[in-house]
Amino acid sequence: MSRIAVWLPLAVFAVLVGFFFKGLTLDPREQPSALIGQPVPEFQLTDLNTGQPLSREQLPQQPFLLNVWASWCITCQVEHPYLTQLSQRMPVVGLNYKDTETAARNWLQKLGDPYAVQIFDPTGRLGLDLGVAGAPETFLVDGRGVIQARIQGEVNQRVFERQIQPLLETVQ
Amino acid sequence: MIPEIGHFALVLAFAIAICLAVFPLYGYLSNQQGFCATAKPLALLQGLALAVSFGVLMYGFLAHDFSVKYVADNSNLDLPWYFRMSAVWGAHEGSLLLWALILAFWGVAVALFSRGIPDHMSALVLSVMGMISVGFLAFMLFTSNPFVRILPFSPANGADLNPLLQDPGLIFHPPMLYMGYVGLSVAFAFAMASLISGKLDATWARWSRPWTTIAWAFLTLGIALGSWWAYYELGWGGWWFWDPVENASLIPWLVATALMHSLAVTEKRGLFRSWTLLLAIAAFSLSLLGTFLVRSGVLTSVHAFANDPERGVFILGFLIVVIGGSLTLYAIRASKVSEPGEFAWISRESFLLFNNLILTVMAVSVLLGTLYPLLVDAVGGGKVSVGPPFFNAVFVPLTAILVSGMAFGPLAKWRQSEDPRLFRPLIVTLIVSVVVGLAWPSMLDGQYSIGTAIGVALALWVAIATVVDVVKKVGLYGGVGTTLARVERGMIGMWLAHFGLALTIFGVVMVENHTEHRDLRMGVGDSQNLGSYDVRMTDLTVINGPNYVADQATFEIYQGDALYKTVTPQKRRYNASGMVMTEAAIDSGVTRDLYIAMGEPLDGGDWAVRLSVKPFVDWIWAGAFLMGLGGFVSITDKRYRQRVREEKEARVAEGAAA
Repeated sequence: MSRIAVWLPLAVFAVLVGFFFKGLTLDPREQPSALIGQPVPEFQLTDLNTGQPLSREQLPQQPFLLNVWASWCITCQVEHPYLTQLSQRMPVVGLNYKDTETAARNWLQKLGDPYAVQIFDPTGRLGLDLGVAGAPETFLVDGRGVIQARIQGEVNQRVFERQIQPLLETVQ
Repeated sequence: MIPEIGHFALVLAFAIAICLAVFPLYGYLSNQQGFCATAKPLALLQGLALAVSFGVLMYGFLAHDFSVKYVADNSNLDLPWYFRMSAVWGAHEGSLLLWALILAFWGVAVALFSRGIPDHMSALVLSVMGMISVGFLAFMLFTSNPFVRILPFSPANGADLNPLLQDPGLIFHPPMLYMGYVGLSVAFAFAMASLISGKLDATWARWSRPWTTIAWAFLTLGIALGSWWAYYELGWGGWWFWDPVENASLIPWLVATALMHSLAVTEKRGLFRSWTLLLAIAAFSLSLLGTFLVRSGVLTSVHAFANDPERGVFILGFLIVVIGGSLTLYAIRASKVSEPGEFAWISRESFLLFNNLILTVMAVSVLLGTLYPLLVDAVGGGKVSVGPPFFNAVFVPLTAILVSGMAFGPLAKWRQSEDPRLFRPLIVTLIVSVVVGLAWPSMLDGQYSIGTAIGVALALWVAIATVVDVVKKVGLYGGVGTTLARVERGMIGMWLAHFGLALTIFGVVMVENHTEHRDLRMGVGDSQNLGSYDVRMTDLTVINGPNYVADQATFEIYQGDALYKTVTPQKRRYNASGMVMTEAAIDSGVTRDLYIAMGEPLDGGDWAVRLSVKPFVDWIWAGAFLMGLGGFVSITDKRYRQRVREEKEARVAEGAAA
């Protein structure tokens, strides 16, 4: 092997170490999305309730919350009453993630349906485009369709007041 | 008092490991036989000390000693005894202790079974393994000690083992996986020893071949058990999720597979020497990297038990020393490695080179996919996730390419095999596999799937080519009448493994393309059609388990009018942790699994129920089992037991290769 090529593995490893070291200093719980400041990705999916095609253009034209949920997700049940309450103040769009139609509908029937629109994403494709790590996740989208915040885990009053409310005032 | 004995044994093992790392190496460098000779006794002592330490921790679990924090965190008075035993490796500290114990075990194995190897060589090998051990034991003692006590106010009861891990599969999965991961340290140590000594001929390949093969076999079984466990315990009915932790085991497996094949070339023909060294370093380095990724929380995953930056920094430092050090030594020495001998474009060497290239590309792409979110995050790109679509898009075509070439290698001859007659049986193989492959999907219900046709054709291609090879080789030894006993065990192992891969591919293709899956609302008395069966829910009850309460449904499965089977899936709620677990009911069969799992309770006493028919799913694991078995058969080859003629043969092989 050539004199230079044999150093290549070490060089690759050195670069990786740099990344790992950086990775250790990042807090895994604080997860700003790569998509903050970006428009909601385009999608061609269906509405869970009507079965009609749905795309980005049919989302609300005012600030709204995009809530990623699934019937298999326990925390989604926990945050559901608060989201229902929030839906009085601003539209909440549902993104039903990696779920089945029947299970999702049963869930909504049982717990109530506060969602303005319900995007049905059984394969998780839109979830992947959004960088969703798991349900629940909630995105704040402004009136121009640009993502302003991402919340991983439960949305409750405290999270809303700290992370969503301040941004909501600036986007309005 | 008793936990302190375990703690003391751990400290003792640490001291022994330091001696093991230093004395034999010093003996080798200063040419003092006496120091070299300490290697084997020290390796045995280290094994003994760690066995005591491990035994004490297990005793703590069995005796409910909740004054030990690790026991209090991971056990419970209600936990059955067999899960109390497996709980020893159910979390971070204990699984590290198991890791260290297995490393010591491999050291003992090398000490006992290396009589055919020159003393200075085995001394260097054990010294390198001692260095790895020092790192791991230091990590345990300074950041993750399993013997930390809660005194004087110890809890009366423990927090219980993570319910996900309360499963027979978990009793065997981690030990198997670690036997594989850590077993690769032996090939690594042999590679390092030959780099240190500068004796970079083909002999190290001969010595490390059986060790690599056995480690690979354990790794194969470990991964298969993990996949099987995920299938029936996680309650989603999937068998592989491209989760970072799964990838962390798949990447070393791919590299170890490449290593096994390139070791064959290096041993038989003396070629690919520096490449094989690099693979041996890479295979173990990637095992360590996997440990780092899982333990440090650098990649968040459902499996990660520990998210602790201090531990992460320690492991990273350890990685820099081990991987950085070995790659530096490699870079210094490998440029001087000569590559004697040539081979033709069509030869066994060229097919094995092809195998190595594809497997390396596969390993690198899985590694990149796994690390990509971390890399993007580190350059300030925010959090992204890489999902199964990426892995499938890359992995599936590469597997197809790899498998297409697999039929040629065993039939080809070393050096050159341009004689077309060698490959003539493959023409028939090709025709049969393509015709059957194309016909196969049309025999199934539903839409014709071209993916299934290709997948089945590939599986058949490998399976038939393997059978052709068996017939040919057995024929060479004197016709059908003679027994397989005269064929090399290594050859038999290869046949088993290749045939096993064909079974696995077939199972994957069928289950991925033809699973019938439905989520339904069902109550007592409801009946549903599932494939050729009718499934009726006949009862719903509440069951009290030892440490959980479960909703249990009874389903009767009818075939026509006849009752075929009664199954009872459960939804369990574990008392101590409050975690809810799905216990799916699975009726396994050769051609299909019936999979029934309870989803969520609905109003009116009904349940959301998940019904699936998964065709040929068990073939995935049956194939993996054959692969592992092939590895174990290989190492019983009698040439590995020859000791006296070892050196002489090595010289002959050298002469032939030159």
